[in-house]
Amino acid sequence: MATVLLLAVPVAIHAAWNDPYPAHEQGQNILYTAFRERPKHLDPARSYSSNEYDFIAQIYEPPFQYHYLKRPFQLVPLTASAMPVPVYLDRQGRPLPAGAPVASIAYSVYTIRIQPGIRYQPHPAFARDDRGVPRYHQLTAAELARIHTIGDFPHYGTRELVAADYVHQIKRLAHPRLHSPVLSVMQDYVVGLKDYAANLRREHARLNRKGRGPALDLERYPLKGVETIDRYTYRVTIHGKYPPLLYWMAMPFFAPMAPEVDRFFSQPGLRERNLTLDWYPVGTGPYMLTVNNPNRQMVLERNPHYRDERYPAQGEAGDRQRGLLADAGRRLPFIDRIVFSLEKENIPYWNKFLQGYYDRSVVPTESFDQAVRFTGSGDTDISDDMKVRGIHLRTSVATSTYYLGFNMLDPVVGGNNERARKLRRAISIAIDIEEQISIFRNGRGIAAQGPIPPGIFGYLPGCAGLNRYVYQCVRDAPQRRSLSEARRLLAEAGYPDGSDRRTGRPLLIYFDTPATGPAEKARFDWYAKQLARLNIQLVVRATDYNRFQEKMRKGDAQLFEWGWNADYPDPENFLFLLYGPNKKVGGEGENASNYDNPEFNRLFEQLKNLDDSPQRLHLIGQALEVARRDAPWIWGVHPRQYTLDHAWLHNAKPHQMANNTLKYLRLDPALRRERREAWNRPVRWPLVLVGGVLLAGLIPAVVLYRRRERSTAA
Amino acid sequence: MMAYVLRRLLYAIPILIGVNLLTFWLFFFVNSPDDMARMHLGMKRVTPAAIAQWKEARGFDKPLLLNREAAGVEKLTDTIFFRHSLRLFVFDFGRAEDNRDIRREIGERMGPSLAIALPSFLVGLLTYVSFALLLVFFRASYVDVWGVVLCVVLMSISTMFYVIGGQYLIGKLWSLVPISGYGDDGPGAIRFLLLPMAVGIAAAVGLRTRLYRTFFLEEINKDYVRTARAKGLNEWRVLFVHVLRNALIPILTGVVVVIPALFLGSLILESFFGIPGLGSYTIDAIHAQDFFVVRAMVFLGSVLYIVGLILTDISYMLVDPRVRLY
Amino acid sequence: MVPHILWTDVLIYLLLAVIAGFAVYASRHEHLRTPWRQVTRRPMAMGALVVLLAFVAVGLLDSVHYRPRLPGSATQTSSEVRSALDALLSPLRRRTEKTYSAPFATHAHGRETVLRPDGALARAYPRLLHGGAHLTDGESRLADILVKVATATGTVLLLWLPLAAWVAWRQRSPGDGWAGGWQRLWRGESELPWRTLLLTLVVLLAAIANLAWLSAYYHVLGTDQVGQDVLLKSLKSVRTGLVIGTLTTLVMLPFALFFGILAGYARGLIDDVIQYVYTTLSSIPDVLLIAAGVLSLQVYMAHHPETFDNVTTRADWRLLFLCLILGLTSWTGLCRLLRGEVLKLREADYVLAARSLGASHFAIMARHLLPNVMHIVLIAVVLDFSGLVLAEAVLSYIGVGVDPTMDSWGNMINGARLEMAREPMVWWTLGAAFLFMFTLVLAANLFADAVRDAFDPRLRR
Repeated sequence: MATVLLLAVPVAIHAAWNDPYPAHEQGQNILYTAFRERPKHLDPARSYSSNEYDFIAQIYEPPFQYHYLKRPFQLVPLTASAMPVPVYLDRQGRPLPAGAPVASIAYSVYTIRIQPGIRYQPHPAFARDDRGVPRYHQLTAAELARIHTIGDFPHYGTRELVAADYVHQIKRLAHPRLHSPVLSVMQDYVVGLKDYAANLRREHARLNRKGRGPALDLERYPLKGVETIDRYTYRVTIHGKYPPLLYWMAMPFFAPMAPEVDRFFSQPGLRERNLTLDWYPVGTGPYMLTVNNPNRQMVLERNPHYRDERYPAQGEAGDRQRGLLADAGRRLPFIDRIVFSLEKENIPYWNKFLQGYYDRSVVPTESFDQAVRFTGSGDTDISDDMKVRGIHLRTSVATSTYYLGFNMLDPVVGGNNERARKLRRAISIAIDIEEQISIFRNGRGIAAQGPIPPGIFGYLPGCAGLNRYVYQCVRDAPQRRSLSEARRLLAEAGYPDGSDRRTGRPLLIYFDTPATGPAEKARFDWYAKQLARLNIQLVVRATDYNRFQEKMRKGDAQLFEWGWNADYPDPENFLFLLYGPNKKVGGEGENASNYDNPEFNRLFEQLKNLDDSPQRLHLIGQALEVARRDAPWIWGVHPRQYTLDHAWLHNAKPHQMANNTLKYLRLDPALRRERREAWNRPVRWPLVLVGGVLLAGLIPAVVLYRRRERSTAA
Repeated sequence: MMAYVLRRLLYAIPILIGVNLLTFWLFFFVNSPDDMARMHLGMKRVTPAAIAQWKEARGFDKPLLLNREAAGVEKLTDTIFFRHSLRLFVFDFGRAEDNRDIRREIGERMGPSLAIALPSFLVGLLTYVSFALLLVFFRASYVDVWGVVLCVVLMSISTMFYVIGGQYLIGKLWSLVPISGYGDDGPGAIRFLLLPMAVGIAAAVGLRTRLYRTFFLEEINKDYVRTARAKGLNEWRVLFVHVLRNALIPILTGVVVVIPALFLGSLILESFFGIPGLGSYTIDAIHAQDFFVVRAMVFLGSVLYIVGLILTDISYMLVDPRVRLY
Repeated sequence: MVPHILWTDVLIYLLLAVIAGFAVYASRHEHLRTPWRQVTRRPMAMGALVVLLAFVAVGLLDSVHYRPRLPGSATQTSSEVRSALDALLSPLRRRTEKTYSAPFATHAHGRETVLRPDGALARAYPRLLHGGAHLTDGESRLADILVKVATATGTVLLLWLPLAAWVAWRQRSPGDGWAGGWQRLWRGESELPWRTLLLTLVVLLAAIANLAWLSAYYHVLGTDQVGQDVLLKSLKSVRTGLVIGTLTTLVMLPFALFFGILAGYARGLIDDVIQYVYTTLSSIPDVLLIAAGVLSLQVYMAHHPETFDNVTTRADWRLLFLCLILGLTSWTGLCRLLRGEVLKLREADYVLAARSLGASHFAIMARHLLPNVMHIVLIAVVLDFSGLVLAEAVLSYIGVGVDPTMDSWGNMINGARLEMAREPMVWWTLGAAFLFMFTLVLAANLFADAVRDAFDPRLRR
């Protein structure tokens, strides 16, 4: 009964009882979306995962960005005034012509000029008093006593973005306390960064010998390869030729960081209050973080100082028909506020999307048939149910690859010899990736023919890019080779009918995975089922993530699951996963299967620093052929991503590389309000029913009570 | 009484040290500092140098229990155990994997935990006692018999079904309350709490009602009740005035021990309904193997449990003056 | 085939031996026989017992493990471990579909892209490989099911009626014949609750017969994501539930008994130390202790892969370890109860007498104290059982339950959580787990109630 009464309370406040947002937000220009995991780092020098980029890419602005609409991916200036053209120098520092051979290039120099007049978001770190002295750079304990969040500082300020801020951030990548994940890559390229990092480590150790010492002042230590030329210009010098550098410079690692913000946050007392740069980003971007509660909600609000950036006027063919150019030339951003709510579980997330409380959603596997239907021609389209609701479907193939790797150091499946190759190929054929995609991904993905996913240079569709060791070309489409062929290969490898010819023992393959969740069991069963067709037994060793990593590091695994998400759209970012010197064991690199074939290595070194050209394509083809023959991976899946947007959300176009896309989105809050009310009419009869049952239950009780009263009275 | 409480508090210290040692051993057996560093530093591009740096920055390059290289007292104090475990006694829990101060985090999360646990506890207690009274009033009639059968049926259903079923029916099909989430926008925020509360109470109603029924039955067979009834007192009066008051003693003393633990919240409810309390904090920490957070929660749990024990003793004394605490 | 004995199997056999020993002991001692006789008089308890025994039978069948011989080899055995139940249910195991299908379905649950004869791609519900495969197109599924149900139920009734008649014949009082016996039986006037027993039995047998008969033609409880029969999964989960419910108590009993009695009897320093240990252990929140324990087991397994060379052994170790750690968290309560009871008993006349006669401490504890606290132990054991079975589901959700590759209701529920969001909904895994778990726990609760009522001296008044 109490529940029934209490349930009546929300009626007064909301038209829809199940609205998870405050009533006053109805009809406002707010985008509602969700985050799955608490972000760990919001410091652009440390952050390296897509769920963190969802936030900081809207706040921090590196010099370049990807064009929102154009495909293939293309870099355009963001805060820079133009894309820099590298100047190549030889060993003596003399300029070389643009077409100079890679071997002759000793240095590449990138001179980046940023637009004047860009200003930072309002922040207390920039606040100055009347005499121009920073207000909050010498905080006393008394002042700090009232401070719990950044919003508690009464004064704010801003400042113009200058080139020195970019230089400061590049120096921060080497800061010993920040453990920037790109340091290991960048120190091989940026001139002087390796020594700089070592130098900072030494200084840091010296300052912190007795407890926690003062913060390192990076201004005092110059970095040779990165210089400020003038107020708006800086220069980055790298060793050799490395075209992907520009892609890296479109990532938040190379966003500007104002030194005074760094100084502000390194004051004692702020860290104890969880006020750190790692949690409170300060940038020049279209949005700024105003509510920072990673346990529940993160809110981005329009940056009042945001410069005049316009919606792109050009796009890919078909973008105009899709309405993606309707806002061309209008000022960004369109949305006032973005509310991210923590939503760990799929089911509430999806249901709230259907109720209209999230504006966009990926399609969870579980709800695939509800959302998507296949048209007669094999294409996908939105289901009728979704169509009625006005939901749009956008699909794109992710620039990532999920694969099963063989550990090449393993005595059974590893090794660069014909026996092991045949065994690996037999297993590769037996594991029917197409069926896996159909069962576990609802057809959302394409079976990989090699490491390079579609959308990246070097990927060839159809039979041109076929892996002839696992597939054959049938009617111009790849078709998996037959099981009998796999059995033949297995026999040739010395395991006729799945048992070792020498010992007669059955072949046992260990499968290592960090996945221990309930949904995974079905997948393990499926893998076992696949190998059982060759009479090979699969032993699943599911451990926690740490343990799995340790095995990988030591090379103790045999068959394992792994995946890679592109950092930047270049084949080098995928082929390096198979490059020998990049081995996990010994090299501490990302080559998880420890594949080391001299021929492949040679090809990789040749192609990695080339500009995209037919010559490069040819080299990639050769490298892929080597890798496919050796089969160090069971080339798995390039997942296809399906995103759904409600009718009131405009300008959405999936982009695999760019993360700063929220500024392009536009909302129709009135339509949203109307739809939400229509979709969320509470069903009241259960309440009446529960009340009725309780009342009905009282009747026999009352009757009994009467009878008993009468009997005691008598 | 103050002396008693003080003595009990002192007695708590060795227990907490025991708890500390146990968790320390368990967690360092589970996670080597290397693992923690790797976990902390992320998945892509982690170098051994970065791990060494991280361990150094966090003080995990020290020996576990005894530092042979240090001199004097530092042999014991310059160790991971001393630096990381004994600090708990001043509620300095250190920093979580994500570098947030755990004490502050716990402080922030206690609110939501209490917001759901306290009303559930009170409304629940009221519900269970009323149902139990109802059954006792109709004792030895078919209401009682079938009521008890219903209780047994209800308690034979796993909590998971209550949660899944409740969320599906009330949240999804009937759109009565938000499916999950938590709000702090004034009185309207109660809409988030109704469903988890209802589910929490429903999951326990069978067990509790049946238990309290036996307490009442035990009381009702006592001589003083018979005397009261013989004096011609109304059955309701007998039940409410005499039986209820005396049966409340075992009920209350039984629940006092859990009151401090209310702060810890409910693991399942919080994580299912997305309530940012300590329960979901704990679950996340277990999943992420965040040694620091789990250890802090273990410690906090032990402290609250001991507080609960002391409160129980005191409440015994308050309700029954014959009990003397020596 | 070669017998293969898992650690939990060993403990299950040990448990059986203990129970048998206890039964013999109880039958020789009047003070134990009386309450048991009281239990047998309760219709509800006896009905529950029949159901429980059915579960136990399934669990025991699933505890006889062996490795099958590899085909074409005289000495080599497969590394896969099977149980007698697996052998019995092998038709179910073999009849897997590709993915989900509803109970009694003839077509898959979800649409798939199929190549139509004319070469076009279409989304359609494909026909199942096994479920209802005997039906020709247009044949009524409902009629087929009804015929099969009727046949199975009829057969069971035919077998059951003579049994009931025989019982009635035995029940007749001297003087009157069949009719009198029937009457007594029907009115529930017999000494043992034969009416309930027979009714439970017929319902149970009919259910089993129907399941067996129908599952040869249909997936009675549907199939899961990889097309495995859910009935098979549910039945395989029975053993997991029973093991957790019983072995946990078995492994913690010696500790609780020894330390509880010792603390109460010895008092002084020993008492203080034991109290300290159990207060410390019980002050740690259970879930966290279990989480820590399970995580550390995983480390051990990762470092010793050669010991755990197949899935079954690994899962079995984890199950056993889970029992151990659950036992570690639950022995403290019983220990405290025992200590309190022994504190009272040690002043009892017979204990004082034994001591003055010079009996050793150990003898007093074993011969005089232990038998007199057994009722507490018994009550604790039966009451704990259902709680432990239920706890398994929760632990699986938290991620520290049984091995994810092991069949258990907790794993089923946990997986089904995600299936509930499918559209159209996949409800049968959850439903099956609910049905089986609920039946077992309800039966256990009803039985435990009767045992407690019979043994608890406080309630006997």
